[in-house]
Amino acid sequence: MTKDNENKTSEEERISRRRFIKSSGVAVGGLAVGGVIGGLIPWRTEDNKQQRQAANETKNYNQALMFFSQAEFKTVEAATERIFPKDHNGPGAKDLGVPFYIDHQLAGSYGFNSRDYMEPPFFHGEKEQGYQGRLKRREIFRVGLRELQNYSHQKYKKEFSELSTEEQDDILKDFESDKVKLSTISASGFFNMLRGVTLEGLYSDPLYGGNIDMDGWRMRDYPGDQMNYLDVIEEGFKKIEPRSLRDHM
Amino acid sequence: MVKKMPKTDVVIVGVGWGGGIIASELTKQGLSVVGLEKGLERSTEDYYMVHDELRYALRYELFQDLSKSTLTFRSNEKKRALPMRHYGSFLMGEGVGGAGVHWNGQTYRFLPYDFEIRSQTVDRYGEKKIPKGMTIQDWGITYNELEPYYDKFEKMAGISGEENPLGGKRSDKYPTGPMKHSPQMKMFTEATKKLGYHPYTVPSANLSEPYTNPDGISRAACQYCSFCERFGCEYGAKADPVVTVIPVANKTGKFDLRTHSWVRRILHKDGKATGVLYTDLTTGEEIEQPADVVVITSYVFNNTKLLLTSKIGRPYDPATGTGVIGKNYAYQVVKGAATGFYDDMEFNNFAGAGALGVVIDDFNGDNFDHSDLNFIHGGYLALTQTGARPIQNNPVPKGTPSWGAEFKDKSLKYANRSLSVGAMGASMPFRHHYLDLDPTYKDTFGDPLLRMTFDFEDQDRELAKFTAKKARGILEEMGADHVDAMEELGPYDITVYQSTHNTGGVIMGDNPDTSAVNNYSQMWDMDNLFVVGASSFPHNSGYNPTGTVGALAYRAAEGIMTYSKKGGQLV
Repeated sequence: MTKDNENKTSEEERISRRRFIKSSGVAVGGLAVGGVIGGLIPWRTEDNKQQRQAANETKNYNQALMFFSQAEFKTVEAATERIFPKDHNGPGAKDLGVPFYIDHQLAGSYGFNSRDYMEPPFFHGEKEQGYQGRLKRREIFRVGLRELQNYSHQKYKKEFSELSTEEQDDILKDFESDKVKLSTISASGFFNMLRGVTLEGLYSDPLYGGNIDMDGWRMRDYPGDQMNYLDVIEEGFKKIEPRSLRDHM
Repeated sequence: MVKKMPKTDVVIVGVGWGGGIIASELTKQGLSVVGLEKGLERSTEDYYMVHDELRYALRYELFQDLSKSTLTFRSNEKKRALPMRHYGSFLMGEGVGGAGVHWNGQTYRFLPYDFEIRSQTVDRYGEKKIPKGMTIQDWGITYNELEPYYDKFEKMAGISGEENPLGGKRSDKYPTGPMKHSPQMKMFTEATKKLGYHPYTVPSANLSEPYTNPDGISRAACQYCSFCERFGCEYGAKADPVVTVIPVANKTGKFDLRTHSWVRRILHKDGKATGVLYTDLTTGEEIEQPADVVVITSYVFNNTKLLLTSKIGRPYDPATGTGVIGKNYAYQVVKGAATGFYDDMEFNNFAGAGALGVVIDDFNGDNFDHSDLNFIHGGYLALTQTGARPIQNNPVPKGTPSWGAEFKDKSLKYANRSLSVGAMGASMPFRHHYLDLDPTYKDTFGDPLLRMTFDFEDQDRELAKFTAKKARGILEEMGADHVDAMEELGPYDITVYQSTHNTGGVIMGDNPDTSAVNNYSQMWDMDNLFVVGASSFPHNSGYNPTGTVGALAYRAAEGIMTYSKKGGQLV
C-alpha cells in the first residue's frame, strides 16, 4: 500500500466512524465508549496515541499559504521556532503549526486591523499611548521580515533561516532590545508582535491552524474546551485529556 | 430628513445592567419604555462555541468596534492626546447586555466609608490628610440609605456569598450560599487567618446552586468551566442582563428594544430633555425618539460624551476646578500584586469561575489606620481562580527570558504551579484627571472622540506598594517557594490590560456646584434626564463596581417612577 492510500483509508475510516456515531442517534462523548455501542465500533481498540498519529498523517489541507511568500514563510518558521523551540518537553512552534497560524491570521481581519481605530492624523506618541503608526499588522510583518533578513545578511552574510540557532537568537535579541534601528517600524514592536502571535498559535484552539492535535495544550496539561470542572474544582491537580471545539460539533 | 417616532414615556440609551434594570422596573409598573442599543441582539445560544480564548479574549468578540469609535488619551494637559487605536487597559462592551455580558461576576458592596469618604477622612485624620488636588467628596447618600437597593440587586442576580466580616450591615443574607472552595482557596483562607486577617468567599454572580429570583426567572448553577471574563455564559449561570432583567421587561409587552441604534444626541428645549436622536446602523436613517423621560445608561465614557456633545450641564474646567461634566474620572489600582511559584505543588489552575475566590478587606477603605501612611483608602486582597487560559497566562519567575528554551521550560512548568494574590486598589479623583471632547479626532459619524487626561499619582504608587507587600506576605505564608511582587507602579499605560473599572465624569453629590446628578442619578440641571452607571461614582472604591452600579440603577428606577408621577427635583 502506498503512503497516499494509507492516508486515504484512515481518512475514510475516520469519516465513516463519525457518520456511524452520528446516525446511531446516541450521544457518544469522548472515547470512553462501552457496552453495545462500543462493541459495534471496530476501531474502539485504538488507543489515543495511535489515533492522533493517524490524524497527523492525513494530509492537512489547511497547511498552505494565504499571505506569506515561501521565503517569508521560511523566516517565520525559523524565528518562531527560536521563540518556542522543540525540546524534551515536546514539539516547538514549527511542529505545532504556528507559522501557518500566523499566515492565516495576517490574511484576515486581524492583519487588516479591521476593528482598530486607524484614522489620521498620525503623530508620534509616548509609549504609554500605544501604537500610533499608519501601517497595518500585515504591512508591519512584511517590513519586519525583510528587515530581519537584511540584518542577517549584514551581520552574518546569510539568510536568517540558514544561521545557527545561536546566531538567530542574537538577531532576535537585537530586535527585541531595539539595537536594530529601523526607519519604518519599531524593531521591538515587531518582535513583540511576533512573540504574541507565536503564543496564540501554540495555545489557541486547533481550529485556527496552530496547536496541532492539541499538543500545545497537552504539554502544559491544559484541558482545552471542557464543559465543566465540577468534579475537580475542589480536588488537587488532575491531568485531563484535552478536548477542542471540534468535539463540540 | 429625520424620521420621527411616536412619543414614549421613557427612552433608555444603552441596554446593559443599568438600562436592563431600569427597563424591567419601569415596565413592570406600567410605563412604556424604548431601549436603544447600538450593538447586536444576544442570547445564551450564541455561546455554543464560546470556549475560544483567541476569538473572545484576544480578538475582542464581545467588545465595541474601535474602528467606529474609541477615545483619546494623554497623561497630562501638556501632552497631545492620541487615540487608543487597539484595546489594552480596559474593554468597552457592546450589544444587548453590554459589559454585563462579559464581566466576571464579582459582586461587592462598597463600604459605608466610601459614601462619606471626605467627612470621615477629615474627622479621623484632619483636613491635612487630603493632598492638594485630590477632589474626593461625599456621595450625597449613605451606605444605610443605599442598602435596600444592594439587597434588591443581589436577589435579582442571585448572588452567592457569605457575610463580609468587615463590611457594612446587611438587612438579609445572600440569596444563595458561597461558591465551592478549591485547594488554593483553602490555602489562602488558612494563611490569612494565621496572619490575623478576616477571609470570606468572593460574592459571586456565577450561581453556586440553581436559583429562582423574585421576578420568577430561574437559572442553572455554575459549572466552573473557567470561561467568564471576556466571555458570555452558555449556561446562563452567570447573571447578566440578557438572562435576568431583559426577559422580565420583554414579558410586560411595554418594552421596545431596538438594536443597531446609535444614539448621537440628547434633544432638549428650554432646560428639558425632549428625546434622543439616533442613527439606525442597518439603514443609515436618522431617527428622533421623543420621550417624557430620557435615561442615559451606556458606559462611563459614552455617558459623559453624550452630555458634552448635546451641550447639557456645565463642562468641567480643570483650570478653575469649576463645572462638573467630565469631572473626577477615576480608575482602579490593580498592579500591587504578587505571584508565588511552587516547585512541588500542582493546582487545577485551568478550572475556575469568574467570581471564584477568597478575599480579605483588612486593608480596604478605612478598615486600618492610615495615620502613618502616605495614602488614603486601600483595596481588597484576593486569591481568585478565574481559569488560567494558556495564551494570556504564562507566569515565570522574574529574570526568566520572555522567549526561547528557558521561557518554554519554565512557562510549561509553572502553568499549574503558580498562584497569584491580587489587589483591587481604590482610585481617588484629582483635579487634573478628567474627560472632555478631543479637538482633533472624530468617530464614524464625525462627532468628537472623548479625551481622557489621567495618570497615576503618589497616592496610587504608595497604595500599590503597600498592597504588593501584603500580597507577598500572604503568599509566603501559603508556602510558595519563590514570590515575585510588584516593585514600582510606573506611569499609567493604556496598552496594558488592568481593569474595566472606569468611573466618574457625571458624578453624584449633594450639591449642584460640585456634582452633576443627585442620589437618584437625576441631573441637577435637567429634571427629566437621568444618567446612570459608574459615571456617577465620585471616586472608585477598592472593589469591583458592578454591585454598586446595580444598586444605583434600582434607586434611579424608583426615582424615575416618582418623577413620572410628581415631576420636579427628587432631592
